[in-house]
Amino acid sequence: MKRVEIDIAVIGGGPAGLAAALKARELGAEKVLILERNIELGGILQQCIHDGFGIHRFDKRLSGTQYAQLFIDAVEQSDIAVKLDTMVLEIGADKTIYACNKSEGMLEINSGAIVLAMGCRERTASQVLIHGDRPAGVLTAGAVQRYINMEGYLPGSKAVILGSGDIGLIMARRMILEGLAVEGVYEVMAAPGGLTRNLVQCLDDFEIPLHLSTTVTAVHGRKRVEAVTVAQVDGAMKPVAGTERRIECDLLVLAVGLIPENELSRAAGVEIDPRSGGPLLDENFMTGVPGIFAAGNVAVVFDLVDYVSASGEIAAAGAVNYLRGKLGEEKSRRPVKAGENVNFVVPQRLGRECGETTFFLRVSSPQKAATLSCCSGKKLLFKKRCRFLAPPEMLTFTADASGGDELVIALKEEAGRR
Amino acid sequence: MIKEFVCIVCPNSCRLTVSEENGEITVSGNECNRGVEYGLSEYCNPRRMLTTTVAISGAVLPRLPVISTAEIPKNKLKRCLEQLYSTAVTAPVQSGDIVLRDICRTGVDIAASRSIYRKNDRESDEEAGR
Repeated sequence: MKRVEIDIAVIGGGPAGLAAALKARELGAEKVLILERNIELGGILQQCIHDGFGIHRFDKRLSGTQYAQLFIDAVEQSDIAVKLDTMVLEIGADKTIYACNKSEGMLEINSGAIVLAMGCRERTASQVLIHGDRPAGVLTAGAVQRYINMEGYLPGSKAVILGSGDIGLIMARRMILEGLAVEGVYEVMAAPGGLTRNLVQCLDDFEIPLHLSTTVTAVHGRKRVEAVTVAQVDGAMKPVAGTERRIECDLLVLAVGLIPENELSRAAGVEIDPRSGGPLLDENFMTGVPGIFAAGNVAVVFDLVDYVSASGEIAAAGAVNYLRGKLGEEKSRRPVKAGENVNFVVPQRLGRECGETTFFLRVSSPQKAATLSCCSGKKLLFKKRCRFLAPPEMLTFTADASGGDELVIALKEEAGRR
Repeated sequence: MIKEFVCIVCPNSCRLTVSEENGEITVSGNECNRGVEYGLSEYCNPRRMLTTTVAISGAVLPRLPVISTAEIPKNKLKRCLEQLYSTAVTAPVQSGDIVLRDICRTGVDIAASRSIYRKNDRESDEEAGR
């Protein structure tokens, strides 16, 4: 088995991993290695050909591929090592990474610190309890995106989309542009999951109807999808008898949520937060295992790639400080609690002297106007007014959170304001 | 003529009504002035970015993603797409390379939105243990 010694190993060469590797090198880590299972860098951005990426970071509306290219070019111009087509199998004791690829066989990689950047994957048909046969033609939106945008293959001729998150909306437009018919988008919730911009430019522009509080209850067809049944749901999300409608189609596209891909993390002993679906993290995005950090969608599913890159840089800075022995073994970490109308917060715990810390959070329910507060006991550390809050959109702020006890982050509705 | 739009300038999502009478266009339903601007442009000259793919030969992948260098009038998008369906390029391509100039006389160019190597270059790279 080939042995490799490096300073920082980054697992995953998508936007989080690329940003982490570049930052680690910039901050002085000498040997940085990216391990990527695909045959090229860029991760999921390589199939995101639509624009709207990089608004915060570059003040431009780049396509996903353009955004990725900026980071890939920077990595190629650096001395960061990259192993493509390389699968990480396990992270063992003492942070030893076992991986394999076709040209080198088995690899044992010993690193001073690890940044987990494996991203997330899509929820599938069996996870949303769609009953009936299992014919060809039931695909996740990401699979359809890859087939159409990268492989030049149209996986159907008439589609029904379940889920109104941004990926579902973007694929509705994409399929229309490629000559497929899109019968409609069905959303089990009472409100659309995607941004208004996408509802307007992806659905309204092409007169694609959006059916709220409606879901797919059955898939018909033995070998190939022939039709689906949709039905309205009641307040308890149960299909309402008598509202069923059969729709002829040969493709059911599922855009029903993303799940952080933490199999490697779990096996390495990293504790997972059931609310974010990612590891419990501190202010450096370090997991509960000293020296193992997490960034991007494996840490928490972000809404914007700009934040994914930012989280990679936070984790990289932490990893470099860990290598230099600057992150002491802190026994007592203070919890960060999700208060009023906050679904979850990352990081979930803080060291005593954490200093300036960037927080990412999602609200539980929509608010027109609210005041965000971050308190340690009775001491107010940070406050800002926010407008138009909704669960799909992440909220972020930076505050000095040193000292004190547990932190509570809350959003109080501003009465009488809109 | 009366047309309705949802303003996408900010998340408030105002429902705009744009009406034209005797050559005078008025916007209502907006809460701020940016809504007027948006309503007028959607009514008079709606434009969109165009992102799609073109065929590429000699690369590891059969499709090259492309993006317009500026927004294109909405009513010309279909014609532009048709022209791009019959466009083919050869690897290698650099991100930003112009694939088609002044598409359908819009004054807008179509550019590659990623770099793609030639297939054999990549394979020999791998053999060299890169």
